[in-house]
Amino acid sequence: MTDTTTQKPIPVTVLTGYLGAGKTTLLNRILSENHGRKYAVIVNEFGEIGIDNDLIVESDEEIYEMNNGCVCCTVRGDLIRVVEGLMRRPGRFDAIIVETTGLADPVPVAQTFFMDDDVRAKTELDAVVALVDAKHLPLRLKDSREAEDQIAFADVVLLNKTDLVTPEELERIEATVRVINPSARIYRTQRSEIDLGKVLDQGAFNLERALENDPHFLDQDEHDDHVCGPDCDHDHHHHHHGHDHHHHDHDHDHHHHHDHAPSPIHDVTVQSISLRGGEMNPERFFPWIQKITQTDGPNILRLKGIIAFAGDAERYVVQGVHMIIEGDHQRPWKEGEKRESRLVFIGRDLDREKLERTFKACEVQA
Amino acid sequence: MPTVAPLDLEGHVVGVAFLKDIPFFAGAAGTIHRLDLGHKTTELHDGLLSLAYDEATDTLLTGGEDGKVMRVSADGTASHVAETPRKWISQVAAGPQRAVAYAFGKTSYVRLADGTTKEFTEERTVEGIAFAPKGLRIAVARYNGVSLHWVGIAGQPVDLEWKGAHTGVTFSPDGRFVVTSMQENALHGWKLDTKPGAEARHMRMTGYPAKVKSLSWSAKGKWLASAGAPAAIVWPFQGKDGPMGKAPLELGTRGNTMVTTVACHPAEDIVAIGYEDGMILAARLADSKEVLLRRPGKGAITAMAWNRSGRQLAFGSAAGDCGVVDLAG
Repeated sequence: MTDTTTQKPIPVTVLTGYLGAGKTTLLNRILSENHGRKYAVIVNEFGEIGIDNDLIVESDEEIYEMNNGCVCCTVRGDLIRVVEGLMRRPGRFDAIIVETTGLADPVPVAQTFFMDDDVRAKTELDAVVALVDAKHLPLRLKDSREAEDQIAFADVVLLNKTDLVTPEELERIEATVRVINPSARIYRTQRSEIDLGKVLDQGAFNLERALENDPHFLDQDEHDDHVCGPDCDHDHHHHHHGHDHHHHDHDHDHHHHHDHAPSPIHDVTVQSISLRGGEMNPERFFPWIQKITQTDGPNILRLKGIIAFAGDAERYVVQGVHMIIEGDHQRPWKEGEKRESRLVFIGRDLDREKLERTFKACEVQA
Repeated sequence: MPTVAPLDLEGHVVGVAFLKDIPFFAGAAGTIHRLDLGHKTTELHDGLLSLAYDEATDTLLTGGEDGKVMRVSADGTASHVAETPRKWISQVAAGPQRAVAYAFGKTSYVRLADGTTKEFTEERTVEGIAFAPKGLRIAVARYNGVSLHWVGIAGQPVDLEWKGAHTGVTFSPDGRFVVTSMQENALHGWKLDTKPGAEARHMRMTGYPAKVKSLSWSAKGKWLASAGAPAAIVWPFQGKDGPMGKAPLELGTRGNTMVTTVACHPAEDIVAIGYEDGMILAARLADSKEVLLRRPGKGAITAMAWNRSGRQLAFGSAAGDCGVVDLAG
């Protein structure tokens, strides 16, 4: 007998990417690989997906604006309905994959899993995976904001079709992706070929796991918030030979702020701002983060952070999407671990100076 | 003292009904169960999504994940109404003269008794359908309001606009009001019997802590009971302006759980109230007096229906524990 009230939340992976970027290929890999897990797949259109036994549901993307006066509070109504239907028969699958259309905005998809009580009670957003066509990305960034949004919002970026570009082009493309989203894990792939363990079951929105297994975020020094492309003269050392590209070895650690050309490829409008501070006063920090997300929420695509509160034995982690923010204690600070606070904002038209200044003002006064 | 005859099924129960006084229970997996001198079943769908009771013919209409629309009779036999492969039939409704409405995506279909089918397409997805009590007319809930279509007449629909996502719709039994449930925790209503040419009047019914997923009109349509709160919220509709400016009744208030399903008695002003923890109460509107019909069970109550005499109440839950309450004991 299934007791719906005690079910473990079903993980949901969201696949984004432009038409032709390789979403269907990846999806077919997920469905055909012998991993012992069953997936329910929500697609916009039955395409060349799937095998007969797979549970594939067609759904028209339906954006709901919430009647709370907030323009960024959007959810996907079709997902609410389909997830409700699927969850009435939970034994059929272990996880859900949502494939979005090429032009889809990933934000309402993600927000559905935070803003709708019924969906939130039964499912858990695992990660947003963006597929990028290495060959056509420069063109996409030129003619659409969606391509940039998809990258900016992703937890995992598959830089696909790398066989169609030269190593130099690939370098530039990856640097551009990194500029748009410094905290995503980037993998280089051909024909969407990837170890599925790097795509599924990421726990990217799980406060306990998200930042713990995000070495890029943890290793990040202040340079990563600079928008550096290969044409900037920092010595970025990319590891070209592995699949993991989330370690940027910066061999200098002086603190400075100077403006670079935003990207080797123009038209990038998303920026990221990394903040770093000492121990925080919770009585200052919480009102501050509330206010920032209320006033600047429409411009914030994602935010993630680890906060060291004065006198608190545990790390506090926060994450947010637009105006939605959640936070919790994660685990005790380890011995020898530097008690510092770090916060990354990815968004548009963010006021770096104001964020830095007001964040610093939340520190405990010595 | 009421007695409960239990029926333990597997999985979520989408709907329950009495056909010729035989209780029917429809499971989400697609099997229909009935208690007719023993437990009997009909395999109907690969995944059952929607269900409506057709009072005129004493049959059930169902829609499935398999794209089928089916009609089930009291003896358990099923007949095929329509089929669109691979579409989820998320809505079905029963109309006069054996008309059946169903929907998937942005289109509603009304299949008439003679087999002809009319189509009505909205700009957004159809989230609810209801037939008007008189005349062959449907109300279609969709984003930003409701569209009213006369089935037999080609022409522009009447649009009842209200910003936001409307997820279900119902006509009052006298046809004077249309009420929707919304994605945000509220109901919205329109008064239809305004002067010709005048705009329908709005009614906002808000204050719910959760989405309203169950609505039920009392006998003669004087009251509209709703779930979505720790009590059954019952709005007065006996005045000419409906509940405008009036407070609702709050019946069966409990502190630690929510009302998930409501079902008004067919004759008396009494409402059966089903809760998240599986408990069921009956409450009288006149004096708020309560009677326990069923103790808490395994899952949230998802469906309830009275038989015609109002002596028995069938119920189903999200965990499959169903049953029939007999008021006479």
